[in-house]
Amino acid sequence: MAALGHLSTFGRVTHAVVRGLPESLCQHALRRHKGDEVDFARAEREHQLYVGVLKNKLGLQVVELPADESLPDCVFVEDVAVVCEETALLTRPGAVSRRKEVDMMKGTLENLQLNIVEMTDENATLDGGDVLFTGREFFVGLSKRTNQRGAEILADTFKDYAVSTVPVSDTLHLKSFCSMAGPNLIAIGSSEPAQKALKIMQQMSDHRYDKLTVPDDVAANCVYLNIPNKGHVLLHRAPEEYPESAKVFEKLKDHMLIPVTNTELEKVDGLLTCSSILINKKVDL
Amino acid sequence: MTTEVGSESEVNKQAEQIGSGAAQEKPDEEASESQQNASLEPEEEKRPVSPTASKSPRSQKKEKDPSESRGISRFIPPWLKKQKSYSLVEAKDGVERKEPTEAVVEEPIVEKDESLPEEGRVAKGDAEEILERKRQDVKVDEKDEKHSVSSAETQPAKEDSKEIEVAKVEGIQEDKREGETAKRETKEVQTAELKAAQKVSKKLKTVPCKVMLLDGTEYSCDLEKRATGQVLFDKVCEQLNLLEKDYFGLLFQENDQKSWLDPSKEIKKQVRNLPWIFTFNVKFYPPDPSQLTEDITRYFLCLQLRQDIASGRLPCSFVTHALLGSYTLQAELGDYDPEEHSSDYISEFQFAPNQTKEMEEKVVELHKTHRGLSPAQADSQFLENAKRLSMYGVDLHHAKDSEGVDIKLGVCANGLLIYKDRLRINRFAWPKILKISYKRSNFYIKVRPAELEQFESTIGFKLPNHRAAKRLWKVCVEHHTFYRLVSPEQPPKAKFLTLGSKFRYSGRTQAQTRQASTLIDRPAPYFERTSSKRVSRSLDGAPIGVVDQKEISGPAGDVSVYGPGVAGQGIFQDGDGKREVRSPTKTPQLQFTTEGKKNSLRVEGENIYVRHSNLMLEDLDKTQDDILKHQASISELKRHFMESTPEPRPNEWEKRRITPLSQQTQGRKDHLFKMDILPVKEKQQIPAVLIVEEKVQETDKSLEEEITSSLFSKEGFSANTKATFTSTSIRTAEGSVVNYSVPSEMLSSSPFSQLFEKRAPTAEGPCSGANDAVKSSHETLNVVEVKKQAEVGKEERVITEGVNGRDKVPPGSDSGETRKVEPLTHKDSPSLSSENSSSSSSESEEEDVGEYRPHHRVTEGTIREEQEENEEEVEEEKEEQASKVVQCMEAVPEASSVKQITVETVQENVVSQKSSGEKSLKEGDKQDIREETEEEQHKVNGEVSHVDIDVLPEIICCSEPPVVKTEMVTISDASQRTEISTKEVPIVQTETKTITYESPQIDGGAGGDAGTLLTAQTITSESVSTTTTTHITKTVKGGVSETRIEKRIVITGDADIDHDQALAQAIKEAKEQHPDMSVTRVVVHKETGVEEEEE
Repeated sequence: MAALGHLSTFGRVTHAVVRGLPESLCQHALRRHKGDEVDFARAEREHQLYVGVLKNKLGLQVVELPADESLPDCVFVEDVAVVCEETALLTRPGAVSRRKEVDMMKGTLENLQLNIVEMTDENATLDGGDVLFTGREFFVGLSKRTNQRGAEILADTFKDYAVSTVPVSDTLHLKSFCSMAGPNLIAIGSSEPAQKALKIMQQMSDHRYDKLTVPDDVAANCVYLNIPNKGHVLLHRAPEEYPESAKVFEKLKDHMLIPVTNTELEKVDGLLTCSSILINKKVDL
Repeated sequence: MTTEVGSESEVNKQAEQIGSGAAQEKPDEEASESQQNASLEPEEEKRPVSPTASKSPRSQKKEKDPSESRGISRFIPPWLKKQKSYSLVEAKDGVERKEPTEAVVEEPIVEKDESLPEEGRVAKGDAEEILERKRQDVKVDEKDEKHSVSSAETQPAKEDSKEIEVAKVEGIQEDKREGETAKRETKEVQTAELKAAQKVSKKLKTVPCKVMLLDGTEYSCDLEKRATGQVLFDKVCEQLNLLEKDYFGLLFQENDQKSWLDPSKEIKKQVRNLPWIFTFNVKFYPPDPSQLTEDITRYFLCLQLRQDIASGRLPCSFVTHALLGSYTLQAELGDYDPEEHSSDYISEFQFAPNQTKEMEEKVVELHKTHRGLSPAQADSQFLENAKRLSMYGVDLHHAKDSEGVDIKLGVCANGLLIYKDRLRINRFAWPKILKISYKRSNFYIKVRPAELEQFESTIGFKLPNHRAAKRLWKVCVEHHTFYRLVSPEQPPKAKFLTLGSKFRYSGRTQAQTRQASTLIDRPAPYFERTSSKRVSRSLDGAPIGVVDQKEISGPAGDVSVYGPGVAGQGIFQDGDGKREVRSPTKTPQLQFTTEGKKNSLRVEGENIYVRHSNLMLEDLDKTQDDILKHQASISELKRHFMESTPEPRPNEWEKRRITPLSQQTQGRKDHLFKMDILPVKEKQQIPAVLIVEEKVQETDKSLEEEITSSLFSKEGFSANTKATFTSTSIRTAEGSVVNYSVPSEMLSSSPFSQLFEKRAPTAEGPCSGANDAVKSSHETLNVVEVKKQAEVGKEERVITEGVNGRDKVPPGSDSGETRKVEPLTHKDSPSLSSENSSSSSSESEEEDVGEYRPHHRVTEGTIREEQEENEEEVEEEKEEQASKVVQCMEAVPEASSVKQITVETVQENVVSQKSSGEKSLKEGDKQDIREETEEEQHKVNGEVSHVDIDVLPEIICCSEPPVVKTEMVTISDASQRTEISTKEVPIVQTETKTITYESPQIDGGAGGDAGTLLTAQTITSESVSTTTTTHITKTVKGGVSETRIEKRIVITGDADIDHDQALAQAIKEAKEQHPDMSVTRVVVHKETGVEEEEE
């Protein structure tokens, strides 16, 4: 019944919400840097593998939402909702073109019987990619996509937890260079901005987190789950993509490591956490 | 009371003890008290006599001072006044002084006072006491009369204002008391507990008092007019059957704000409004409630949290509201019973500020799932969830950053949190904070440099008003001490961090209370859990959502409000005042200043405050430049807000810190009170010693010799005094100026001042060090330090009244003007010393040796803390100067011990001052030695000058510097100087203090340098709470044989009070053992957890 997160329950996931990727993603998805064109077929294949891991390998109940060609970034569901325990905050994405992604997510989360909080303040912006929940508190990156007001609303929504802000200026999102790799374990990139952000987070927190430093910032974005009968599960970037970082992850002896390839979506700034919303519903529900 | 030692309670009972609460805590104290009582009574008698004599001299001095130099008079008056007060009423003074110093000193003092009043006061000192009280109460009257001349001329607006306030308050209280006395008879019947009080009460005036309890009920009793906060608190805890009481406290409405009642101070001096209305609240939220020993303690914590949650003070999510509410139902109603629990049963409870039907349904739903949980289990589950809330135990204070942006400062177990709206925008863990200070309405934290940064940064926040800044500072000091330190720092405690006032947390730390809790051996007390409904109802009555506001509004209703709706208001006030800080704006800075003035006017206990306040005020006033600098720095700080901004700070501090660190590590935990017992002759000579010091300043090396000679022969005194007078007359004007200008420096230098004292001959060295440190420190830092110093200074002042003049001078000395100042100080001190010495020497020796020693100790301790080396040097010097150092008793209690010591010393200020001066000289030598090992003490002087500071200032510093040190120490503790200490942080000073203790001992051994060591022996004895190590060394210097008995008493008790009592006992015992010895020095080293706090 405990309402507040316990370390033992951090990463517990029963449901996942994902969304298909539209073909418009290749040409119209937002991206910070011009680069190689996205191979849609390969991107779709990678995404299917990703969903397959969640559904088949980990046994989650995966809600797969259809793609919307008018929303080229819709596959990155993480940004449109922040779910913590039984409460879901529907965000107001910093990119105007993505605001409508929230609509379908709202209905989906309502169907999951979550307490829905909508961000209606027109001065607020928040991307879920800027929200790092450690199990004990929130860190919110103040980036081009997320502003102070958005962070305040998040703090109002999740009153049980401390919400600290972290300036993010060199990357798209806070989680562009970090994520939780386990209870009390923060995976962090090696770049200067990443390390600086980590120091800020360490200073702002009453807790002491372990850190897992990986050579590649992008590889620091991984997906941690705590699955009954499987224990610590970590989805991380494949050795083919980031061999050095993969070596670091492979040192996590207690984790069930699942390498996942995400080469194509990364071209449009999509990382592993971006493509799913993980929810822990009570069994009886 | 009960929690502590049983023996204590017994003793207390004997003493009767209205103030017994304080006494009870310290077993040692009890014994000591009983002894003390006997001794004190005589002392009181003597004191009265002496006071008159001393008064006349003092008055003369005062008169002289004004005549000499009005400018100087400002500084002098407080000291003089203090001195006068001391001489007049030692016990009282001690109490009052303690109040200013706050926790540590106060508690012990209080106990003494209480005991005295009952026994001695009534019989012996009644007339005098009454007079004194009247004086104090009337405040202005005596002060005006006595000090009026000087004060009017000398005391700036600060003192005046303070005095006025005090006078008003006191007057009101008196009136109330008078009225109360009549009432009392009837009321007394109501409270059986008051029996003891009643006995005394017939003679003493009583004040009706109401306390709003957490369950919504009201507890009322009559308190003796002069009862301390501890007395009331103990009564309440007894009523509640609460043993683990250290987590709790009493709140009272102060203007618009709620403030914690300081247990160590008299209530009347804290609560200005006649209806004494308090609310019993959780003061320190245990981070892990499961570690509490008793269910009843958890129950009260639950009640507090339910209030916090229902009022919105502790934000929760919907789910958490429901969950916590369900546990509340389970605890109070038991298993859900469909028949018994109708659909409306829940509506009687308030679980949230905005309670909805949906929430209530959820609560009921969850309640059903808790079947089988006992009330205690439900409470535990409640706490396990509540403790995870991010705002659990966070005391919020409204403030603005340097750019005027509204923010909130949250004080919690781990440090200081900065919020903007609901977002945490920064956090400063205690280990990262080197110093906490406040000046006027500004609150400053000095932050340890970041990894790659070399300089510490000071961050300033603007509070609504001075009171708010002080309250925040106090809360920080208390929290730091409670959560971070093993044992409380000596006042001013740090919990370090305190600013402006010498205030320190005097209660037990969490570590201590946990340890004490393990000793609780009683069957689980029976209690009913029925209060939540009442609470909820009361809350309901008020607008739920705005509970806080309502509460505030009710209580805030102004003073008048108190009378009418005490109970309801009181409860509300608790939470509001502290956390919401709404009221801060109302309290103007003026009030603070006035308070400080009042304290000064009150002469006795408050003198310390006054002194502090004066210093602070003066500092503030005079250091406008500093303020400007601070502001500038603040802006910079803001810029660096997220990033620690390197601020250049004195390297000296760092050095000092560094040295202390090693030492500190050794003696951190232990608070040592060092008492130097000199033969009676020596005592008389002590004044001379002081003079000698002055001379020393002039003639560095020769000074020590002179001092020794002077110590031996009274004649020396006269000569010294003459010299000092001449010097003072010349320098008075300058000195006064210097003092004012110096305050900040003094504060910073205060630790150094001790060094100076040690170095008295070589005073320059220490002074220079202090000066350097001050200089090195940025202006902003200085400001902060100044505040702190001011606080510390108060304590110090209390300790050495005679020294006061000198003390003042020392600060001045720090600056280039110090020398000039020194003369002035010399003048003052000589005059004072001569007068005081005569009276004090005789008196002090008899009664107060212990007390005086404490004062000395305090000063020394402070000095030692900051200047550990100094103490060592002092010891050495002592050895060299056989006459000077007879015995050193070191009481290790932290802040509390210091306070106590100061109080006691006041009586024997002259002697102590002298000794302190000597000590300081010695210390200074030691410092020099350490720094400049090659150079001798005399050489040290020269060195000192090289170092930075003028010798003369050092002398002054002696009295003040110790104060500064204490402040510094506390601050450092708060800031967790350990890290700093290694590097630069002044905070290290605290550590330094500890080190000082050790080093002094070492020095003592090494001190043999001056003479030939004939014999040496060490005796160690241990009791429950104290470890006494006695070092007896016989040395021959230049044909003069010195027998130095140095006792180091390490008191590891939980409460400051204990420390004080233990000190007093130790002193008494020492006197008994060595009737022909006089206590030359009492050095109290408080081992604040500061170091422990270290990251």
